[in-house]
Amino acid sequence: MNFNEIFGTFGLQSTSFLFQLLIVLVKIAVVIAITMLHVAYATYFERKVIGHMQVRVGPMRVGPHGLLQPIADGVKLFFKEDIIPSNADRTVFQIAPLVAVFATLSSLAVIPFYDIFYIANINVGILYIFAMSSLGAYSLIMSGWASNSKYSFLGGLRSTAQVVSYEIAMAFSLVSIMLMAGSMNLIEIVQAQQQYWYGMYLIPQFVAYIVFLIAMLAETNRTPFDLPEAESELVAGYFVEYSGMRFALFFLGEYIGMIVMSSLAVVCFWGGWTVPPILLKFIPQLAIVPGIVWFILKVYFHIFLFYWIRATLPRYRYDKLMALGWKILIPVALANLVVTSIIKYIY
Amino acid sequence: MLPQIIFGYFAIVTIVLSLVIITRKNPVHSVLWMLVLFFHIAAIYLFLNAEFIAAVQVILYAGAVLVLFLFVIMMLNLKEELSSERFIGEWPIGVALGLSILLFIFFSIAKLAPGPLGKFTIELIQKETHTKAIGKVLYTEYILPFEVASLILLIAIVGAMVLAKKRT
Repeated sequence: MNFNEIFGTFGLQSTSFLFQLLIVLVKIAVVIAITMLHVAYATYFERKVIGHMQVRVGPMRVGPHGLLQPIADGVKLFFKEDIIPSNADRTVFQIAPLVAVFATLSSLAVIPFYDIFYIANINVGILYIFAMSSLGAYSLIMSGWASNSKYSFLGGLRSTAQVVSYEIAMAFSLVSIMLMAGSMNLIEIVQAQQQYWYGMYLIPQFVAYIVFLIAMLAETNRTPFDLPEAESELVAGYFVEYSGMRFALFFLGEYIGMIVMSSLAVVCFWGGWTVPPILLKFIPQLAIVPGIVWFILKVYFHIFLFYWIRATLPRYRYDKLMALGWKILIPVALANLVVTSIIKYIY
Repeated sequence: MLPQIIFGYFAIVTIVLSLVIITRKNPVHSVLWMLVLFFHIAAIYLFLNAEFIAAVQVILYAGAVLVLFLFVIMMLNLKEELSSERFIGEWPIGVALGLSILLFIFFSIAKLAPGPLGKFTIELIQKETHTKAIGKVLYTEYILPFEVASLILLIAIVGAMVLAKKRT
């Protein structure tokens, strides 16, 4: 019994517009539901990981080993009063956190989680993610400006300058991936990596990968580049005036941003849902494991990396951050691009 | 029918947003409306099968140009646009210029003839992907204008650096 027979009884054909729309809506619902659950437990996971790295135990009180902590946090944030400063620009203040979530959540639309599971397969996948992440900068600058507070404003300015600068390095590191794959379609990029015995661009493009990793931390405003928040100097940076659910939305945006960036790293450098062909040759049983498992394992490795770096490194100074972005990362990424294109031209 | 409705939405909203932008009192609000406008323009590019241009439109204009606009306006800290005589005194000239351009367009639009068709039909672009098609044309046929444009941008960058540099 195929889809046509099941849905045909309801007057829906698999080729009809409504059916396609239904499939897409279901996919979106699945992705959003899983992402929200992930975000709830990513906060728990982060606190636990960092706790253990710093010889603490992390949250322990709510539920066994603190397992219900994210739910308690969520309920608390949801029911808290939504305070808006009297001199704030109300509309912009209220929209800013929504923009943060919208920008990162919509990036998930083009990420191929598995060879048959993606919401949209578009030819300019990488560019789409860039476009959406540049939209993310607006949430920071909007919240910083609309709060009408000096700390927020400074945080917003810092973060915008940071995101705009590191986007260049990130784009250049991914341009060499586009060159290698000859495509900007994320699915084709994954498939192109299968032609090598090691099955990932991580090895020929390790320079680009390192640049991407550093830019990824800066794009998501994570330590050591969390200067927009910098609680010791700016209290909490751009979201200092936010409370309750709107405050939580910023966190949501940040954690979804981490998933998007980790997924992008996995798709572009780690071969997405595939396993290296050499591994498959020696252990053929691995082919049984569905690709989504590999994808999630690789993504969680990157998310763990975010936490690991946060627990290890101190915060950068702002001028050093800018110098690192403009004077080191961009030239390195450009040089890598030139070398890649020369090698690509020769072969 | 559906494409016409969607196109109609984007076309009308583009015009309405343009009017909204120039009538806001707070310049920051103008810039934020402009962000919405850029997304609608990107959608219109998608109607032309120009997905690359659509993405670049958002990345460059929304991601870079508009952010710098916002920087400048926020740093100036203008809560309301200045409305002193010196800035708005010349409005009759502006209206006259605008009307004459409108008339110009109105009379020339009837004479509009589509240019000669290139080798890239919609089918070919869809097959080859728009990015590849635009790359091929840009780096072969239009390499000279492309290089001239990049040179102009380079001059602008150098100019900005010279202006920003401390005079010793």
